[in-house]
Amino acid sequence: MTPITKRYEVSGDDFTHAGEASGKVKTLLKQIGYHPDAIRRIAIAMYEGEINMVIHANGGFANVDIYPDRVEILLEDTGPGIEDVDKAMEEGYSTAPDEVRALGFGAGMGLPNIKKYTDDMRIESAVGVGTKVYMTIKGQ
Amino acid sequence: MEEFYHSVTLDEDKCKGCTNCIKRCPTQAIRVRDGKARIISERCIDCGECIRVCPHHAKRAIYDPLTKMDDYAYTIALPAPTLYGQFNNLSDIDYVLTGLLDMGFDSVFEVSKSAEIISDATRRLIRQGGLKMPVISTACPAMVRLIRVRFPDLCDNVLRLISPMQAAARQAKREAMARTGLKKEEIGVFFISPCPAKVTDVRSPIGMDESWVDGVLAISDIYPRLLEKMNKIVTPRPVAESGIIGVSWANSGGESSALIREQYLAADGVENVMAVLEQLEDARFGELDFIELNACPGGCVGGVLTVENPYVAKARIQKLRKYLPVSLNHIEQEDDMTELWWNCKLEYAGVMKLSDDLNEAMDMMAGIERIVKVLPDLDCGSCGAPSCRALAEDIVTQKARLNDCIFILREEASSAGIPVSFYGKEETGAKEET
Repeated sequence: MTPITKRYEVSGDDFTHAGEASGKVKTLLKQIGYHPDAIRRIAIAMYEGEINMVIHANGGFANVDIYPDRVEILLEDTGPGIEDVDKAMEEGYSTAPDEVRALGFGAGMGLPNIKKYTDDMRIESAVGVGTKVYMTIKGQ
Repeated sequence: MEEFYHSVTLDEDKCKGCTNCIKRCPTQAIRVRDGKARIISERCIDCGECIRVCPHHAKRAIYDPLTKMDDYAYTIALPAPTLYGQFNNLSDIDYVLTGLLDMGFDSVFEVSKSAEIISDATRRLIRQGGLKMPVISTACPAMVRLIRVRFPDLCDNVLRLISPMQAAARQAKREAMARTGLKKEEIGVFFISPCPAKVTDVRSPIGMDESWVDGVLAISDIYPRLLEKMNKIVTPRPVAESGIIGVSWANSGGESSALIREQYLAADGVENVMAVLEQLEDARFGELDFIELNACPGGCVGGVLTVENPYVAKARIQKLRKYLPVSLNHIEQEDDMTELWWNCKLEYAGVMKLSDDLNEAMDMMAGIERIVKVLPDLDCGSCGAPSCRALAEDIVTQKARLNDCIFILREEASSAGIPVSFYGKEETGAKEET
């Protein structure tokens, strides 16, 4: 079955818009009738990814493919890239600036949470080029 | 019991078919069809937003007439604490309660008394643990219905305790039966309500088989008569039996502050509440024990059946409660709590779902995505749907046609050689340069 494909621009200029794309995906999934637990995992994982792009990469794009049995998400940015992906995956490790921490972000749980809530996750990153985060969440 | 009883209705003669209500409805439950606003029953949560926003007063709340009191041998008034905030220069709640007695009620039972019991029960339950945190208040019936139709993942977080109104009705009636020897059906319990959502909660309760409330009167409806009686009172009778905690339930934050703990959030106004629930679904909050939600701005004082501005009412209640004891009603024995529990869980009603069959829903969603691309993305509402996307949904579910969109209609007409003018200028098919 051909997926329902959505592409959202995640704006890097305004922090207050972060989380809008994952909110829209959530609405679609409810209308399609996805299981509430799957919707929750998808929403959290995508939200964390969105926030990461806004904090670290001045925004990017969220590509979402909805299949009957799974959702595949690709978050891509042209930001600074991640120097040490393994280190970034550690809980509590963060390079977020202080002003973002003041808002309660930057606890170093973004990527670990994505890992936790997805069934499959892969990071491709090159310093100075950008980062791609692939994630798959099973539907039921 | 009907599954979706509603206390909001349309006055066909007054409805002009404008777009005010369709735009404001939090569940996109209204469409203008054939020039009149139609409510999609299964989506409506009785929040009253459409009543508040309609400039033609075409949306009406359903409530009982005062004459319904004549149907009973003995009547009990159940004033919501919001009632106390409607009067200027009120120094003592007893004036309001005495006024109700002078209006012809045989007795009064303050809902704020039962609110204190529910607060006590909530404190105990949170202390005991075992609830899914954070616990979401169920005092506002519109909020329970909102969660039921839009937030499947939060259905297990709701506080499964009956509302102060329902608890008050049962206790008041039982006490009156014991006192008078009358039968249950001879005693009429009348809730004096700030909102139509409570009417729905009486006719079609969630969490209990049958409501003990027999009638719901509107604060705005009884106000003139009550005020007249109150003005004649020389010495009020000492009937008030509730404290700061119970009376404060009228305001947003009142139920939360009664829990005597800091980790709470109180949101009011439908748009704010929706934003909070969206975030809650994404697990974006840290440690929170309790979420209080009210559909109306300011809490129950903002209900559409009140007479006073919500913020004025709030200020008056703050003044009134100043010298009250903290709480006058407590749970005497743990056993008393069992009766306060709901008899079921909150079941998600997936009314926003396109189809029960996931594959079919996927196909329909693909269709919506295709249609949305040809629509103008103006969300003008002229088609009768609140947004271009909502129209696309209606087309896919065969409730509307593509040329319900006036921009599509114009294109169709132009290409058929029919001149269409929107702005008083005649269009000839070719675009006019200005």
